Amino acid sequence: MRKYVFSQDHKVIGIQYGITALCFLLFGFTLMIMMRWQLAYPGQPIPLIGQWLGDANAPGGIMLPEFYNQLGAMHGTIMVFLGVVPLAVGAFGNYIVPLQIGAPDMAFPKLNMMSYWSYFLGGVTMLSSFFVPGGAANSGWTSYAPLATIATTGQTFWLFGMIFLITSSLLGSVNFIVTIVQLRAKGLTFMRLPFFVWAQLVTSFLLLLAFPPLEAAGVLQLMDRLAGTSFFLPSGLVIAGQPLHVSGGGSPILWQHLFWFLAHPEVYVLILPAMGIVAEIIANNTRKPLWGYKSMVYSTIFLGFMSFIVWAHHMFMTGMGTVISAFFQTTTMIISIPSVIILTALLLSLYGGSIRFTTPMLFATAFLPMFGIGGLTGLPLGLAPSDIHLHDTYYVIGHFHYVVAPGTLFALFAGIYYWFPKVTGRRMNDVLGKIHFYGSFVFINGIFMPMFIEGLAGVSRRLYDGGQQYAHAQGVLHWNVFMSISAFCLFFFQLFFIINFFWSMKKGKKVTSDNPWDATTLEWDTPTPPPHGNFIKPLEVFRGPYEYSVPGKSKDFLPQTEPEKV
Amino acid sequence: MEEVHTLEDIKQQVRRYILVFTALLTLTIITVTVSYFHLSVVPAIIVAMFIASIKGTLVASYFMHLISERKFIYFILILTGVFFLALMTLPALHHADRGLV
Amino acid sequence: MQVPYTVNTRSDTGLYNAKLGIWLFLSSEVMLFGALFSSYILLRVGADTWPHGYEHLNIPLGTVNTAVLITSSVTMVMAWASLMMKDFAKYRRYLGTTILLALVFLVIKGFEYAAKFEHGLYPSTSTYFAIYFTLTGLHGLHVIGGIIVNAYFWGPGSKMWKTDPDRFTHRIEIAGLYWHFVDIVWIFLFPTLYLL
Repeated sequence: MRKYVFSQDHKVIGIQYGITALCFLLFGFTLMIMMRWQLAYPGQPIPLIGQWLGDANAPGGIMLPEFYNQLGAMHGTIMVFLGVVPLAVGAFGNYIVPLQIGAPDMAFPKLNMMSYWSYFLGGVTMLSSFFVPGGAANSGWTSYAPLATIATTGQTFWLFGMIFLITSSLLGSVNFIVTIVQLRAKGLTFMRLPFFVWAQLVTSFLLLLAFPPLEAAGVLQLMDRLAGTSFFLPSGLVIAGQPLHVSGGGSPILWQHLFWFLAHPEVYVLILPAMGIVAEIIANNTRKPLWGYKSMVYSTIFLGFMSFIVWAHHMFMTGMGTVISAFFQTTTMIISIPSVIILTALLLSLYGGSIRFTTPMLFATAFLPMFGIGGLTGLPLGLAPSDIHLHDTYYVIGHFHYVVAPGTLFALFAGIYYWFPKVTGRRMNDVLGKIHFYGSFVFINGIFMPMFIEGLAGVSRRLYDGGQQYAHAQGVLHWNVFMSISAFCLFFFQLFFIINFFWSMKKGKKVTSDNPWDATTLEWDTPTPPPHGNFIKPLEVFRGPYEYSVPGKSKDFLPQTEPEKV
Repeated sequence: MEEVHTLEDIKQQVRRYILVFTALLTLTIITVTVSYFHLSVVPAIIVAMFIASIKGTLVASYFMHLISERKFIYFILILTGVFFLALMTLPALHHADRGLV
Repeated sequence: MQVPYTVNTRSDTGLYNAKLGIWLFLSSEVMLFGALFSSYILLRVGADTWPHGYEHLNIPLGTVNTAVLITSSVTMVMAWASLMMKDFAKYRRYLGTTILLALVFLVIKGFEYAAKFEHGLYPSTSTYFAIYFTLTGLHGLHVIGGIIVNAYFWGPGSKMWKTDPDRFTHRIEIAGLYWHFVDIVWIFLFPTLYLL
């Protein structure tokens, strides 16, 4: 029990994070599937599962608006905080980073174990909120005051859940930074680090310094809800005709500043590890070094820094003055530059490569245009004049989902297909993998592309009936059905992944070498799967991470640890 | 630690600690005394924060050994300082309009 | 399987792992208290009226508490210096004093809180009291955390001095860094809440 459940080995912890996160991703997806039914067929009973949702949520299987709001708030919360980040950082980061730097484990193994269990507790708290009176949190994943302050009990659970999750992240980020700085193998200088490690390093700084203000804000909101304070409650608030008996004098804007101070860097937490994974897979499957490694590293560092000073571009519609508005527009435009540099470098890395279209490579390559669309659609949102029309519409939902769904999630799938052989000693099935890819690619675009159309037409987000009541929405509402059917199809194609994942663990084709992809980085230098302590002989690194197709060499790859032949 | 700590080194550090302690107590008395003058808000804030900054710097430099710390630690703290300043100043500028700041 | 640089420093960074770790953690704490200070600024700037600290809070008591915490910082660093001079008995005396002073701080704080409650002044009374109780409350929780850590190192944790004295000395240095940070927060809290 102690050996596995409370293991302090980074690989076991990485797998724990991975399985838990994948379950949460599936659950979060299921919540959205229910929402998409309601959006396409408002007022129609949900087939199959509607009967089990209970009368408080969906009497007769027909979703109540209150339940729709819970699904919306929890879908966002679960996907971001319980799904994507734990998978990208907790799972991939934990498993791969110590291996790629030649370390025996993370710097603080006990702390690592506590990080996972804090995450787990946070997840349990969040899930249990569905069963309290009034259901789960229902004020959006953004929990704006004063709505969230007066919301049902589920919101208190959300706040406590967030405190667990933030604690987990903070402990984890300390661990990652110390590990990467202190435990690099001999010869592994910073500029010889795989880009994946750089991405995780910058990500950890974002988590370390951006999360605490949200933790503070969470405490303040808890005090407003439980201790009768008015941190975020303005004077003169009237609810259902009754003045609220609190001291008042608080500021709803304060909540927004503190929330977005984290939540903006958080989106870079969502994308950077994904870019790291894509970089590894592209270099490996083009058999050539990454184009512009140094530019990518400096861009990532600059991006990380800028990400702390752009947050109020989420608040253009809150009555900000011209000073602060101009400041944040400017920084937001500036931050697009490093993003473009990284994307361009990755694209240019394909040029002249001997491309092997393995399943990981398909996902990694698709990431590029999908992230491109996500990034470009962010520009009109970052400029206040255009944001006036687009704020809080489906355009925003389309924008960020393009970055996170066919963006980050595709990269994470790529990573799973890529590193599965190192973790299990078996390959995932290639045919199932390709079906998973093509089906997902088609239908994920089917869900999110029409959102730009709806958003430009002015359809607001978070509407329980999908916009039915609004005259300006009528011309575009038919897209709701198209998007929902795409969502159901996307769900179907994930089954190929789920089956492949579990089947291959036991019956997948065994690899015949520790380095089945002929890669250069250190994680492939270990036995398969790596033992406790990872490396069985002392390590030294002699070169950069992407020495592929070096002229004059017999193999088309030169591992980092292979000594120069005298 | 890289620096070898001889008994003399430590004894010298202890002397410093006592000096800093005296300075901290003195500065505390000063800041409390000044507060009794009930200065108007802006000067009061400036004086109080200035004195507090000196005290904080003394604790950090000598009790926390920051004065002889490594570059990477300085880098982390400077980075944190920049974001701390952003968090202190930007939200308060929420309603600031051109010309009124 | 041993994680390297838990005791020895790595040559290019000059740090041992926990030293880097604690400074990173303290940076995150700066952002945590920073958010609360930022809230204080926003709330005060946006308020029609805001009481002066001296109207509501007991400055002599606050000053005593400031002196108590500063003294405990000195005794904390002296505890570490004692270990560096290989004097375990002195270490225990200094660390014990640190813990006692921390308890004195909490007792005084408790008196202050009780006095407020007796007068019907709670966090819900006004945003001034809300931020006062929250800032001092969170600081107080950090004091309690420090007491627990220090008590562990004074008691059962001190066994490590016999088996791994260098590593133990590092641990006290780390605990000290945390404790000094708690002191620094109060150095700023005290004038902000009591004097302005």
